[in-house]
Amino acid sequence: MLACAASIFCIVAFIASELISQSQMSWHASGLAFFYKFNVDPQTGLPLFWDPVNGVFYALPFLYGTLVSSLVALVIAVPLAVGVAIFLTEMCPGFLRGPLAFLTELLAAIPSVVYGLWAIFILVPLLREHISPILIDIFGASGVVKLFGWTGLVGDNGLFGGVNLGLGLLTAGVILAIMILPIIASLTREVMSTVPHSQREAALALGATRWEMIRIAVLRNARIGIVGSIILGLGRALGETMAVAMVIGNTAEIHRSLLSTGHSMASVIANEFAEATSDLHRSALVEIGLALFVVTILVNGLARLLVWAVTRGNPVRVH
Amino acid sequence: MKAAIPKNRMRDNMRTATDHLATGLAILATILVVAPLFAIFGYLIYKGASSLNLAFFTQIPKPEGEVGGGMANAIVGSGVLLAIASCLGVPIGIGGGIYLAEFGRGTRLANAIRFTADVLNGVPSIVMGIAAYALIVVPQHRFSAFSGGVALGIMMIPTVTRTTEEMLLMVPNSVREAALGLGVPNWRSVLSITLRTASPGVITGCMLAFARVAGETAPLLFTALGNQFWSLSPSHEIAALPLQIYIYAISPYDDQHRLAWAGSLVLIALIVLAVSLVRYVASRGILKGAS
Amino acid sequence: MGVGIEVTNLNAWYGANHTLQDINLPIPANHATALIGPSGCGKSTFVRCLNRMHETNPIARVTGSVRIGDLDIYADASPVEVRRRVGMVFQRPNPFPTMSIYDNVASGLKLNGYSNRKALDEIVERSLKHAALWDEVKDDLKKKSGASLSGGQQQRMCIARALAVDPEVLLMDEPASALDPVSTSKIEDLIFQLKSQYTIVIVTHNMQQAARVAEKTGFFLNGRMVEFDSTHKIFTNPSDKRTEDYITGRFG
Repeated sequence: MLACAASIFCIVAFIASELISQSQMSWHASGLAFFYKFNVDPQTGLPLFWDPVNGVFYALPFLYGTLVSSLVALVIAVPLAVGVAIFLTEMCPGFLRGPLAFLTELLAAIPSVVYGLWAIFILVPLLREHISPILIDIFGASGVVKLFGWTGLVGDNGLFGGVNLGLGLLTAGVILAIMILPIIASLTREVMSTVPHSQREAALALGATRWEMIRIAVLRNARIGIVGSIILGLGRALGETMAVAMVIGNTAEIHRSLLSTGHSMASVIANEFAEATSDLHRSALVEIGLALFVVTILVNGLARLLVWAVTRGNPVRVH
Repeated sequence: MKAAIPKNRMRDNMRTATDHLATGLAILATILVVAPLFAIFGYLIYKGASSLNLAFFTQIPKPEGEVGGGMANAIVGSGVLLAIASCLGVPIGIGGGIYLAEFGRGTRLANAIRFTADVLNGVPSIVMGIAAYALIVVPQHRFSAFSGGVALGIMMIPTVTRTTEEMLLMVPNSVREAALGLGVPNWRSVLSITLRTASPGVITGCMLAFARVAGETAPLLFTALGNQFWSLSPSHEIAALPLQIYIYAISPYDDQHRLAWAGSLVLIALIVLAVSLVRYVASRGILKGAS
Repeated sequence: MGVGIEVTNLNAWYGANHTLQDINLPIPANHATALIGPSGCGKSTFVRCLNRMHETNPIARVTGSVRIGDLDIYADASPVEVRRRVGMVFQRPNPFPTMSIYDNVASGLKLNGYSNRKALDEIVERSLKHAALWDEVKDDLKKKSGASLSGGQQQRMCIARALAVDPEVLLMDEPASALDPVSTSKIEDLIFQLKSQYTIVIVTHNMQQAARVAEKTGFFLNGRMVEFDSTHKIFTNPSDKRTEDYITGRFG
C-alpha cells in the first residue's frame, strides 16, 4: 500500500528526470537563451524564433502565446466564475441550486478536443463575424485612438488591430475561459460555504443589504481561498492543449494584436512532436515541456496551499 | 422610532440599487456560464445525431476524400487503451488511497503524498505523454497502444488515489472498531470490511478517473499515434476516439467534420453517463448499511 | 434614547414547527427586559423576530405585529431598515476576523455612508467606552484584528459595534453564555449602565443574571409567554405555577 502511495512521488520524479534528460541536447545548444533569444529572418528582417528546417529553436513565442491566452481567459472567466459562485451560494433559490451546480460541473467533464471542435466551427466564425468587428471598431475609433493612442493598445497596431482571421490568441483565450470557469466557480463556492453563518448574521444585524453582507462577511473572509481557486484556474489554462491547438493558429510569432495567430507551449508540442524533424527539434520540444511542467507544478502548488489554508485540509475535490 | 443616523434618502436608495445591481450581475454571470453549455450540447446533438448510424459504429474510416465510414476502430481502440490504463491506474491508485486513508492518516508523509497527488493532477496531460514516450516509445523504437495506455494510466493514479482516500475516510470509525473488536488484525479488517463498505464510492471514483482519461487526446498524440485501420495489438499504433475526433476536426473534408461531431456526441454521452452515475450514487448515500 | 416595543399576536414558524404562539408583550423603553425559559422554548426566536432576523431562514414565517416606537416593523419598513435601528449581540461573539478592531466597530457606520475620518474616530471611541473596552484596546485599534481578542473582549467589541450605529433597541441573545465568569460580570455591569440609554432585551437561561440586570422579566415555555412581570415579582412570588416550577428548578 505504501508502495502504491509512494508511487506518486516516483511518478513526479520520473517525469522530471525524463524531461530533463531528453531536453539536454537543446539545453546544451542554447542554454537559458532558449527562452528569450531570437534570430532575424534575412529575407523579411522580422524576428525569427522557431524554424525547424534550419535548426532555429527559441521558445519565446510559445511563452508569449501561453501567457496571453491564459491572461485573456482569466480576465473573462474570473468575474463570471465568481459571479456564478456568489449566485449559487448566496442568492439562488434552493430548488435551482442542485441543477445549476450540476450543469456547471458538466462543463468540466467535456473533453478538451470537443471544446476545440466546437470552437473551430462555432466560436471562430462567431468571433470573426460578430464580436471581433465590434472590438475592432471600438478600439479603432478615431476618438479612442486620439485619447488612448499613447498606450499603444488601440488602433491598427493595437490590441485588436491587424487581420481578423477568427483564429488566434483571443479565440484561444475565450475557449480557455469557458474551460476554466467550472474549476474556479466550484472551488470559490466551496471556499465561500466554509464561511460560518454567524459572520453573515453579524453583517445582516448591522443593517447590511444582501450584497453588502456578501461583500463584508463572505467575500472578505474567503478572499484567500478565492485567490487560490483563481490561480488553480490559471494553472489549468497554462497547460490546456487540444482546444488551444485547434484555434490558436499555430504560428510561432509574436504580435501585439489579440486577433493575431500564435502558439502556446502545449500546442506546439502537440503539433510538432510526433513528426519532429530532428533530435534537436524533439529535444527543444521536450525542453518546452519541461518548462511547462515546472511552471504548472509551481502554480498548482501555490494554489493548493492557498485553498488548503482556508479550508484547513478538509478534502476539496477538483478534477 | 427616530433614526439616530440621519436618514439619507438618496444614500439608502443607492444601497438598495447597488444590491439589486449585484443580484442582476450575478444572475447574468450564471446565464453566461450556462449558455455555452447549452450551445455546445445543442450543436453536438444537432450536428452529431444525424451522422450517427450503424456505419459509424461498425466501419473504419474511409480513405481521405471519400464519404462515409465510421469510427468503429477508434471506439474499440479507446477501449483497449482504457483497459491498459485501468490495469495500471486502478490497482496502484486504490492501493495508494488505502494507504492514505487507513495507515498513513495524519502523518506528514501522507500529507505530502496527498499534496503531490493534487499537484500532479494539474500537470498538463501532454507532459505525461512525453514521459510515456521517453519510457516506452524510445526504447521500443515504435509507437504503440501500450505506451498510450501507460500514459493514461499514469494520469489515473493520482485521481484514483484521492477519490479512494476520500471514500474510505467516509466510512465511520465504528465500522473499523467493530472489526478490530472481533479480533481481526488490522490489514485484513481494512481490506475486507472497510473497503467493501466504501466500494460503491471507490468504484465511482474509478469511473470518474476513467471518464476523465477517456477524453484525453494530448498524451496519445505521440504514443498511440492513431491508426486508420483495425488494430487491437498493444504493440502497434492504435486508434482512439478523441484522437480520431481531433484528426477529423482539423481536416479539410466536410464529411470528416461530420464524423468528428458524431464521435464527439458518443464521447460526451459516455462521459455524461459516467458523471451522472457518480452523482446518483453519491446522492443515494454511498455508505448504505455502514452505520 | 430608547423606545418601547409593542408585540401583538406574534406567531412564528420554522417550516411546520409553530415555534411562537400568540405572544403579546409590552417591552418598556429604557429598561432591560429579560426573557427566560428552558432550552427550545422560543425565546431566541422571539428576539430574532424583533429585528427581522428570523426571516433570514428560508422556511421561517411570521404573523402578527411588532411596533418599535411608532414604527410597525413588518408593515412599514424593510428588514434592512429595521436592522439599522435595532442592534443585536449574539450568543457567540462574531467579530469580522479580517478587519481591525477599529474597522469592526466602524463597519456599521461605513455601511451607512460615514466617511468623515474624524467623525468615525469619535464614534468608535465613544462606542468602545460605552462597551467598557476602550482602555484595553485604545493603543491597538488599527493594528490588531477583531478576532485576536479574548472571548470576553470580542463580545464587548461586538457590543461596541452594535452601539456605534446608535440603535434605540439592543437585543442580546444569551450574550455571556460563551464567556468566563469575569467577562460575564463585566458584561452584566455594562448592561446595567446601558439600559438608561437604550431599550435592552436580553435572552438568558441564567436566572441570576436576569435578576441582576433586568427590571422586567418574561417567562417563555413551549412557544408561549407564560408570565411577564417585574423581575422581583417573578422571582419571589410568581403568579403561574409553571413559572414557579422553573424558578425553583423543578425542570429546565
